[in-house]
Amino acid sequence: MSSTDISINEEVHHAHEEHDHHHEQNFIEKYIFSQDHKTIAKQFLFTGIAWAFIGGFLSILFRLQLGWPEATFTFLEPILGGWIENGKLNPEFYLALVTMHGTIMVFFVLTAGLSGTFSNFLIPLQLGARDMASGFMNMLSFWIFFLSSIVLFSSLFISTGPAAGGWTVYPPLSALPEAIQGSGDGMTMWLIAMALFIVSQLLGGVNYITTIINLRTKGMSMTKMPLTIWAFFLTAILGLLAFPVLLSASLLLIFDRSFGTSFFLSDIYIAGQALTNTGGSPILFQHLFWFLGHPEVYIVIMPAMGLVSEVIATNSRKPIFGYRAMIGSLIGISVLSFVVWAHHMFVTGMNPFLGSVFMFLTLIIAVPSAVKVFNWIATLWRGNIRFTAAMMFAIGFVSLFISGGLTGIILGNSSLDIQLHDTYFVVAHFHLVMGAAAFFGMFCGVYHWFPKMFGRMMDEKLGAVHFWLTFIAVYLVFMPMHYLGIAGFPRRYYNWTGFETFNIFTDMNTFISISAILGFSAQFIFLFNFIYSIYRGRRASANPWHSNTLEWTTPALPGHGNWPGEIPAVYRWPYDYSKPGAAEDYIPQTVPFSQTASSNLPHERELE
Amino acid sequence: MSTSTTLEAPNSGTWDGGNEPMKASYGKLMMWFFLLSDAFTFGAFLIVYGLSRHKHMPYTGEAEAFQFSTQWWPIPEKVFNAFPGFHGVDLPLAFVALMTMILILSSVTMVLAVEAGHRMDKNDVQKWLLWTILFGSIFLGCQAWEWAHFITGTDEGMVLADGTRISGANLTVNQYGPPLFADLFFFITGFHGTHVFSGVVLLLMIFINTVNGVYEKRGHYEMVEKVGLYWHFVDLVWVFVFTFFYLI
Repeated sequence: MSSTDISINEEVHHAHEEHDHHHEQNFIEKYIFSQDHKTIAKQFLFTGIAWAFIGGFLSILFRLQLGWPEATFTFLEPILGGWIENGKLNPEFYLALVTMHGTIMVFFVLTAGLSGTFSNFLIPLQLGARDMASGFMNMLSFWIFFLSSIVLFSSLFISTGPAAGGWTVYPPLSALPEAIQGSGDGMTMWLIAMALFIVSQLLGGVNYITTIINLRTKGMSMTKMPLTIWAFFLTAILGLLAFPVLLSASLLLIFDRSFGTSFFLSDIYIAGQALTNTGGSPILFQHLFWFLGHPEVYIVIMPAMGLVSEVIATNSRKPIFGYRAMIGSLIGISVLSFVVWAHHMFVTGMNPFLGSVFMFLTLIIAVPSAVKVFNWIATLWRGNIRFTAAMMFAIGFVSLFISGGLTGIILGNSSLDIQLHDTYFVVAHFHLVMGAAAFFGMFCGVYHWFPKMFGRMMDEKLGAVHFWLTFIAVYLVFMPMHYLGIAGFPRRYYNWTGFETFNIFTDMNTFISISAILGFSAQFIFLFNFIYSIYRGRRASANPWHSNTLEWTTPALPGHGNWPGEIPAVYRWPYDYSKPGAAEDYIPQTVPFSQTASSNLPHERELE
Repeated sequence: MSTSTTLEAPNSGTWDGGNEPMKASYGKLMMWFFLLSDAFTFGAFLIVYGLSRHKHMPYTGEAEAFQFSTQWWPIPEKVFNAFPGFHGVDLPLAFVALMTMILILSSVTMVLAVEAGHRMDKNDVQKWLLWTILFGSIFLGCQAWEWAHFITGTDEGMVLADGTRISGANLTVNQYGPPLFADLFFFITGFHGTHVFSGVVLLLMIFINTVNGVYEKRGHYEMVEKVGLYWHFVDLVWVFVFTFFYLI
């Protein structure tokens, strides 16, 4: 009954406070089926990191194939077994690798791993709440995600292999097991995993939104919230509106695959035999998919934007430039993200007029994106920059977002897209702007909030090494891909050596693969640093970065309920860094204006 | 930090934190946001319906001469014209109109249950919840009958090009028109029916809680209100489903 039997707010919070003082939690309550947002955040983080390594490993496998198309990979037989035939990677398995790499990275790492970790961890801490609105639903959200992970992970081991129709699972390829092995049981499991994933996202999403609306501490108005919270808030809204449409599409696809309906299927012949399905439209699936798919890229990147804004301001020791413009641009991006989906479908034969409408709307997104980039750079400008590992990843994020964003303006043109569609140019674009960039946002978040999560510091030197290797590798991998793409080199091809035109790119492909292996290896430095620091890192003080936001007013390792005493009240915005006249170069949000008479601006005098 | 000793009070407006803006509890907010999200699921299905139907030819001949054919989308009045106990009588949309009435009536009784909850009147809450459960279950029963009739089909059925006569409907072939007609009917009314069924289960749960005095002890009937929101949403969705499938 407890799932429906939720009593109102105040009671829960009373109960929580009682808990803090009396009730000792046992192991299972504390670490496994925990309802504490901090533990759930860590659970998301650990699962996300595990997925990231699996997803990264899969990409190395297909990079081996692309980089050395003539080589034999007998040494992979112990891992891949039957997928290696006479030393060659099975072509259908290649497609499965690409599909799973995309699915894992987009959904399981950069959606659940990023949003799940930082929304859970930071929303209550930065808002001054004891916990999420509903700890139980929050716990459910993680465990349903975990179940979904298990389903997807097991699909890697079945004999017909995991889903292989691309992460976008377009029918009819994904609907007909006759078309490709991966559209058999692997695809069924993919769909089940995704349905569970969406349920988990919804449970998490309503929790984030209601917590932000209802559980802000005294004085924490919407315009005193850190930008991280604004980013998580809008991300959760996007998820809440976009994921159900994917759920619809998945359910219809499940019916087409298993129950003989014709929603997405029509006029198909297999081996000369006509299928009975008539009347459906595969393009319809693309519309439904991209109605989710496009907001999804913002679901991935916006939390990273929030984290980066916070870290850049803290480590430049300057207020964020254009706080309200930052919120405005986030809202602008969120709204626009719902009306641009068909730019993924320019070459599906849609009406060119419609194409130009979507092109126009797509290019408008450049405006809020440019506002954000401008504000980050303006924040850095003449700041007292401290190059912590988190800060370097934040600056790396801005760099990647610019490099990848510029090619977005090119790809958004419906006429240019005819040449570039489904080439490596697209691969390079989205890996820079939302793949690597979101990863950098995630690393930035982990390095910055690690002290609050585990009460210890990560090693800064290893962090710097990790940053430079990753940063260089990312550019070495994706910059050459632009050239490949302009030359028309198509993505998702298992083997390109049969094409005279593309043979000249052998060296470049080998180079990309070597860089990818370098980049992937560098992540083990992070893994070592992460695990080592949890146990052996230098002990952190309560506020090691001299930051203003509320999470740093908690003890070094906050317990259940976050603040031992009363929840602090908030008097000012979170970006009072290097305020002229102030004793220190930061003034936490909890300090009232009456205590900072020397640094108050004229309009703040009345608040004293 | 000497924050706790300050005499200064933080701002305390509607959106200044430390309160619930507009007195909306988090549970009610969650329900609203869930419904918003669910609206998008149904929205997607109805768009699929609209586009699929648009892809098919409409029937352009005389209404009297209408015959079922895979060539065109059927006229709803000709499909849904049966009524239990009136075999062979042409009663266009009569049964579905009755179903819709019953569901709307259940919304009215739900409103009364919520209102009784505000008055903390346990007996009235019980009474109106019971009526709502009853109407909801009748609606589900009606839907089951309609599905059964749709699946069995009429005696005449439809003669296919190769001369075979088919009666009724399944997911691959149906006597009423193109396969997608039945596919969408089953899928969307089925999905809605599942929602109604979940609603009835929720209503039963809160009914039992009410009888046991759980909400009385808690001091408020907010749970009834939350389930009420869900129930009205499901009714509202039916209005759209009804419009798309039966009226247009």
